[in-house]
Amino acid sequence: MKLIEELWTSLIESLGALGSVVRFLLRLLAASPRALLRPDLIAKQIYNSGALSLVIIMLSGLFVGMVLGLQGFELLQRFGSEEALGTAATIGLVKELGPVVTALLFAGRAGTALASELGLMRATDQLSAMEMMAVDPIRRVVVPRFLGGVIAMPLLAAIFSVIGIYGAQLVGVQLMGVDAGSFWSQMRASVGLSDINEGIVKSCIFGVACSLIAVYEGYYATPTAEGVGRATTRTVVTSAVVILFFDYLITAAFL
Amino acid sequence: MNQSAAIIEIRNASYAVTGRPVFAGLDMDIPRGRITAIMGPSGTGKTTLLRLITGQVAVDSGSIVVAGQELAGIRRADLYVLRRRMGMLFQNGALLTDFSVFENVAFPLREHTDLPERLIRQLVLTKLQAVGLRGAAELMPAELSGGMSRRVALARAIVMDPEILIYDEPFVGLDPISLGVILRLIRRLNDALGITSIVVSHDVQEMSTVADAVFLLSGGKVVAKGTPQQLQTYPSEIVRQFIGGLADGPVPFHFPAPDYFSELLAGGEKS
Repeated sequence: MKLIEELWTSLIESLGALGSVVRFLLRLLAASPRALLRPDLIAKQIYNSGALSLVIIMLSGLFVGMVLGLQGFELLQRFGSEEALGTAATIGLVKELGPVVTALLFAGRAGTALASELGLMRATDQLSAMEMMAVDPIRRVVVPRFLGGVIAMPLLAAIFSVIGIYGAQLVGVQLMGVDAGSFWSQMRASVGLSDINEGIVKSCIFGVACSLIAVYEGYYATPTAEGVGRATTRTVVTSAVVILFFDYLITAAFL
Repeated sequence: MNQSAAIIEIRNASYAVTGRPVFAGLDMDIPRGRITAIMGPSGTGKTTLLRLITGQVAVDSGSIVVAGQELAGIRRADLYVLRRRMGMLFQNGALLTDFSVFENVAFPLREHTDLPERLIRQLVLTKLQAVGLRGAAELMPAELSGGMSRRVALARAIVMDPEILIYDEPFVGLDPISLGVILRLIRRLNDALGITSIVVSHDVQEMSTVADAVFLLSGGKVVAKGTPQQLQTYPSEIVRQFIGGLADGPVPFHFPAPDYFSELLAGGEKS
């Protein structure tokens, strides 16, 4: 009986939290049109979330691609179809690993930066000061960061996938001796637009989810050192779970 | 516009946080063009009062009229229009850490006006000159001392030429020189710009030198009001305790606790 009660309260609490996140998202969307009038602010945030994450994304993409090249080659060799390595690696990267790993890295690199930045602004009264200067912090600070993340994430995922494919080629063709012509031509023949679309849809949705979680946690962080730390941790944990959950849903929807 | 003597009128205002009343039936008139000190022991709701006056939180009942505008049920857009006529100095300055001193002071101008860069520069330098920090225009907030941060924040608060300037604990943690500078600035800005200054503080000595009127809050009520001189001889226990800095009195030294001996004899067992 007690267990059911506890489950019920935690369910209600989770629904309440979800509701406030959705309300926050609606507030961000309502403020977005006016925030778009200041493209310079958004560009700066694309730089912060996107350009500054490039090195980690490119390095990870290269290594993930190289591992795919090795594992894929090993597996396909058993069936004597190493030439399909290009297709296998590309589908794996574009549909799955590109968006998911990029989003996880994005949550760790850009998401935590956003959450701690907003949390510290809250803790040092900078957000209240803006409100007192009749400047809406949602429109001036939060929305540009949110939109910057939403725009940067699909671009990063695309870069991750492209570098990953080169990584797979590097190992498969240069190291393991798969024929370069069949690697590329099989890839071109078998990877369709729908595969790429799935990757784009995933990375866009992950971009919205990661950026939203980061700015929400930061904006509502308890204004203490501990509170900001907790907000940062929650950003990564919640993002990771949400990314993997949505990944399953979207994959199922595209079947 | 309402040109009465009081620029802020609080009538029968009540406000509670999670069921615990902070104010119950508060009445207050803050005179126009003067320096008004709001004083009182810690935890009496001084900062809450500022949040009510600035519309950061709304009263549960009663009314607060600021510069002719009723705050109860005010629309967000109207509140933002009203706030352009107010400046506020936060306890720690609350400077935007990404921006230089110059950009911090320019921030309200850039957000609210389309002034040409040359004019913005002139306005910002004038305000920085008024607080004595024109030479620090290119520094970042992290490079400033506590007193300098507050002076920059003060320049930022006056850059839109507000009618009301609110200071939240402006003297906390300042060395005597910086403190003297801030005191002088409060007086000078008030008289030179003809604004209304509201200073929340518990520094009795400092405030008695600068304030025109004092409200002493305790337990969510105004327990005394008058000039600093009148308060020195005010016939009330709580006022005497506060002004004299006595450790015990109507505000007890001890936080409410169970009986001392019985708790000691309980041998560390939590009941």
